Amino acid sequence: MTYFVRRVVALIPILFLTWTAVFIVFELIPGDPVNLMLAGVPASEEVIANERARLGLDKPVLERYVTFLGRAAVGDLGESFRTRAPVTEMILAQVGPTLQLAAAGLLVGLTVGLFLGVLAGLRPNTWIDTACTFSALAGSSLPSFWTGMVLIYIFGSMLGWVPIVGTGLDALILPAIVTGLFIAGDFARLVRSSIIDASRQDYIRTARAKGLPPIKIIGKHALRNALIPPVTMLGIQLSNLMGGAVVTENVFARPGLGTMLVDAVLNKDMPLVQALVVYTTAAYLIINLLVDVVYGLIDPRIRHARAAGT
Amino acid sequence: MTAEPTHTALAEGPRPKADGVAPLLEVDGLTVRFGRAEAVREVSLAIRPGETVAIVGESGSGKSVTGLSILGLIPFAGGEIAGGSLRFRTADGAFRDLTRLPEPEMRRIRGAEIAMIFQEPMTALNPVFTVGDQIAETILEHRGGSARAARAGALDLLKKVRLPDAEAMLDRYPHQLSGGMRQRVVIAMALSCQPRLLIADEPTTALDVTVQSQIVALIQELKEETGAAVIFITHDMGLVAETADDVVVLYEGRKVEEGPVSPVFSAPQHAYTRMLLDAVPRLGQCADDPLPSCRPVTIMEHGVARKVGDTRVQDTVVEGSPLLKVEGLTARFDVVHDVLGRATHRVHAVEAASFAIQPGETLALVGESGSGKSTVGKAIQQLVRPNSGEITFDGTRYSAMSARARRRLKRDVHSIFQDPLASLNPRRTVGDSIAEPIRIHGLIRGTDAIRSRVRELMDRVGLRPEHDGLYPHQFSGGQRQRLCIARALAAEARLIVADEAVSALDVSIQAQIVRLLMTLQAERQLSYLFISHDMAVVEEMAHRVAVMYLGQIVEIGPRQAVIGSPRHPYTQRLLASVPVPDPDRRVRRSSDVSEVPSAMRPVDSPPEPVRLVEVAPGHLVAKT
Amino acid sequence: MSEASLPLAPSEGRSTVRQLMTTPTSAVAIVILAVLVAFAVFAPWIAPFDPSKAAAGPRLGAPTAEHLFGTDLHGRDVFSRVVWGARYSLPVGLCTLLLGLLAGGALGVLLGYMGGRLDAVGARIVDVLLGFPAIVMAILVVSVLGVGLVKVVIAVAIADIPKFARVIRGATIVAKQNLFVDSAVAMGAGPARIMLLHVFPTILPTVILLGTLNLGGAILSTATLSFLGLGTQPPTPEWGTMLNDGRDYIRYAPWMMIAPGMALFLAIISVNLIGDRLSEIMDPRAKGRM
Repeated sequence: MTYFVRRVVALIPILFLTWTAVFIVFELIPGDPVNLMLAGVPASEEVIANERARLGLDKPVLERYVTFLGRAAVGDLGESFRTRAPVTEMILAQVGPTLQLAAAGLLVGLTVGLFLGVLAGLRPNTWIDTACTFSALAGSSLPSFWTGMVLIYIFGSMLGWVPIVGTGLDALILPAIVTGLFIAGDFARLVRSSIIDASRQDYIRTARAKGLPPIKIIGKHALRNALIPPVTMLGIQLSNLMGGAVVTENVFARPGLGTMLVDAVLNKDMPLVQALVVYTTAAYLIINLLVDVVYGLIDPRIRHARAAGT
Repeated sequence: MTAEPTHTALAEGPRPKADGVAPLLEVDGLTVRFGRAEAVREVSLAIRPGETVAIVGESGSGKSVTGLSILGLIPFAGGEIAGGSLRFRTADGAFRDLTRLPEPEMRRIRGAEIAMIFQEPMTALNPVFTVGDQIAETILEHRGGSARAARAGALDLLKKVRLPDAEAMLDRYPHQLSGGMRQRVVIAMALSCQPRLLIADEPTTALDVTVQSQIVALIQELKEETGAAVIFITHDMGLVAETADDVVVLYEGRKVEEGPVSPVFSAPQHAYTRMLLDAVPRLGQCADDPLPSCRPVTIMEHGVARKVGDTRVQDTVVEGSPLLKVEGLTARFDVVHDVLGRATHRVHAVEAASFAIQPGETLALVGESGSGKSTVGKAIQQLVRPNSGEITFDGTRYSAMSARARRRLKRDVHSIFQDPLASLNPRRTVGDSIAEPIRIHGLIRGTDAIRSRVRELMDRVGLRPEHDGLYPHQFSGGQRQRLCIARALAAEARLIVADEAVSALDVSIQAQIVRLLMTLQAERQLSYLFISHDMAVVEEMAHRVAVMYLGQIVEIGPRQAVIGSPRHPYTQRLLASVPVPDPDRRVRRSSDVSEVPSAMRPVDSPPEPVRLVEVAPGHLVAKT
Repeated sequence: MSEASLPLAPSEGRSTVRQLMTTPTSAVAIVILAVLVAFAVFAPWIAPFDPSKAAAGPRLGAPTAEHLFGTDLHGRDVFSRVVWGARYSLPVGLCTLLLGLLAGGALGVLLGYMGGRLDAVGARIVDVLLGFPAIVMAILVVSVLGVGLVKVVIAVAIADIPKFARVIRGATIVAKQNLFVDSAVAMGAGPARIMLLHVFPTILPTVILLGTLNLGGAILSTATLSFLGLGTQPPTPEWGTMLNDGRDYIRYAPWMMIAPGMALFLAIISVNLIGDRLSEIMDPRAKGRM
């Protein structure tokens, strides 16, 4: 528990650091925000000055920095240049579809990845291994936007089995497959090497010498240890998943944070981009914290080291 | 010697046992292949119930492979049994050939009738399951019954291997135990189904000497309690002498000698056995000489053992001002931190250590793992910055040295490590590695001059000069250590810090390296700080001995005094733990757990400093 | 002494290149990659049409003997555009990779070698950046730099820095812990000598492997940005851009997206197969036994 508290406390400086970085980067963007906002529409000096004052842009950098941090901490990150709506509300409105896609993608990715990885890891250097490894490699080599288009063509246009657009669960099938494939390949390879590594340890030889049947040697002794590296990588996998969601949403013209981000960048809607970055970092840090806790549950060595404070 | 040898030096079938007791296991003509290489060739041996047979050999002799074959684990290690039979009398009294047993039946024998103890207790247990679970698992597998009964069984076993606080031990994880305790758990696991044959594969090699003696005693006691037969696989002739009824000597996969332990030790028949026994350093054999002696070494050439070199008293110490003086050296490392990152616990690696080394002298620094002996070496090498204390080299204090002088010092003081392969860059030729100190310090100019110097040095340490273009992995362990010694010579070092430099080598090679070090000392007046845990080797080469315990020097003095009449209880215990390679002088040892406590302490409670008292000229002992 | 005359251990086996060529999968991968590279080098001679010449055939024409992969909206020959596309997609991926590897590698070596407080803070920041989906990071950089081919190269390279920095930092720390580095320090070798002779040669295989394993990813990332409309702009015959062109005609002219997508896929998978095999060759432990 002390460990958990310590980790939460440790989050604060990291959040602070990243938000500072975000602030600096957005300060460095060439072009006056107000000009960007007006997007070339001619306006009088007075209108521009008013806008600047309203956005607080006439204040010195340091003051704006402090204001930014304060507002970031309470989740008030200004309003969109384009819609004039508060960005936090805009983002909240789009979180749902993206989470839905990410969860479905994770499900597909972990299932396919575990299946291929375990199969290959249990029978290394056989044709099963070769087939699984090749499939995993092919999976991570597929450009997901292309996979998406091909799936749309085959199942949407040619066969007409699933709707291509829509908000129903059936419209989620193809996007989930595309997003899942994006992470399945890497995950499968990780699981495979981790199983092979675990089954080569001395304690597996001990288990054999005890006369245990293969099912217990592999299923209990090897798998429990083999799970540890993939779990530690889960944070990275989730981040990959978010990356996959950006592309998938675009291909399937789904609403969501990915579409929002690409549009915001193309429209130079800086407050929106900035807010997306701030929230993504926070989400990532929290997810990693949870992954770390799970990690401790699986590996008693980590748990005890944490309790001891080493 | 009598006309009829009491034992055989020939590779033939299992030796018939005179008293007619049917053997428990008969190995006949066992041949094991890994790919195209034959690891074991036509090895035969027999073991009767309640008997201990030691299988002895150096690395690559096939002794571990023999053990794995009996358990039927060869296919899992990537090899195959290419010939021979393993006739084992199972509990129902029938003889079964284990090489022909289908895997499911073999599984019923493994762990139940034949159990194994492995070398590495640190990795032999699964890190994610509790000790209790891992022992109970074997019981459940072979005996069935309830989980509760299995747990009770596990508790009994933990008590049986004399683990203190067995109840609490059940729920501990392996990483919470010391190496010796883990090995006891492994033994408990092996004994869980009362096996009739126990195979112990180098069960103590990874442990400290004092712990080793406890574990060996424990295996002996349990053997007597349970009546199991034991196959003891080891490279250590001392352990063989202390434990075995019969000995089987393996050399390059073949059995070269077999017989009851006493005649094998007193009248070895095969040249290899003779060489092995000659090479074993025997503690106390030079107790009458005040100075160590450079002994001849026995080498094998074309199957014949031959003694090389003469005996020479190592009278090399130059009295007067010391070459190195260490005063009050203290090194502590923070290890545990609180929420705010402040240190709460630190390891007191070295506490106020003081000693001096004369030119041409060998000072041995003895102690077990965690005693801080290596940290002393690192501080002298400037690899660790001490918290306090002063080191003086050739009259100049480290703290008073300029950057230039400190660099120069790195030439004068050179290290040789336990693992020579790791200390040579695998991507550079050995010639380049040896030349490195010459290039760093600009000792010789010109590529050709450096090259010829390197070749000269390789020749000096007994390597072929024309091999200077090869890479470290192309050499054997002993050859690599010679390369490291050549590198120290290239630096024209005056003090060599040898940290367990011969510990990882086979005894026959070890004897050669010790002789080389001593010859070089006589030739060049080298000083050695010989860091070791091996008392017998220390006695053979050191002029003076310092014993370290929990970061402090508890006894220091001339070799004869410290080893011949040790005063500190720890020194006495250390010496008493060394196995004696003489089967006629067996001693009964204690199997109780007594382990060196941790050198980690809370920040605000430093250890009580010891005070050394002179008990004889130059012999200082900590007051207890 | 007798030991010196012992037989020496055999020297290392077959060369890496030969091992790559004798494994069926990586041999096929090398052939595919060679064909794609040949497309890039000899595009003007291989492509039957000018890639940007409109009305070379009918609009949205299906594949025929003359137009192997059909024609696009403007009647341009898709096969010619795919061949020319290799000229953009492959070098762009390679440049991105090298740039990222150089910057990330330098950062990683610096952190790993210096250690201490600098490393503690640096490694933490790298970890946080790593949590950012690389593609999102690249999009953000594009939002700062603006849209375009060169900018995409820089953006993806920057987005890859944390990944490379982390691996190379780890490799540097491991290399530094080698006993032979300690030996060299104890012998009085200076930092430059240790870096050049001991640390760098030790991490070099890791760097090469890292590069090979990530070349496919770099090609994919740059193509993705072009697909999203943030990279190469039409009418450049870059594979990602071509896929973007084709997305509105999936129903009517699927060949517009099949061919460039397949080319992209083949390029990435062949590079990945070579990298995968290379990592097995360089780390024999990766081949499982027992």
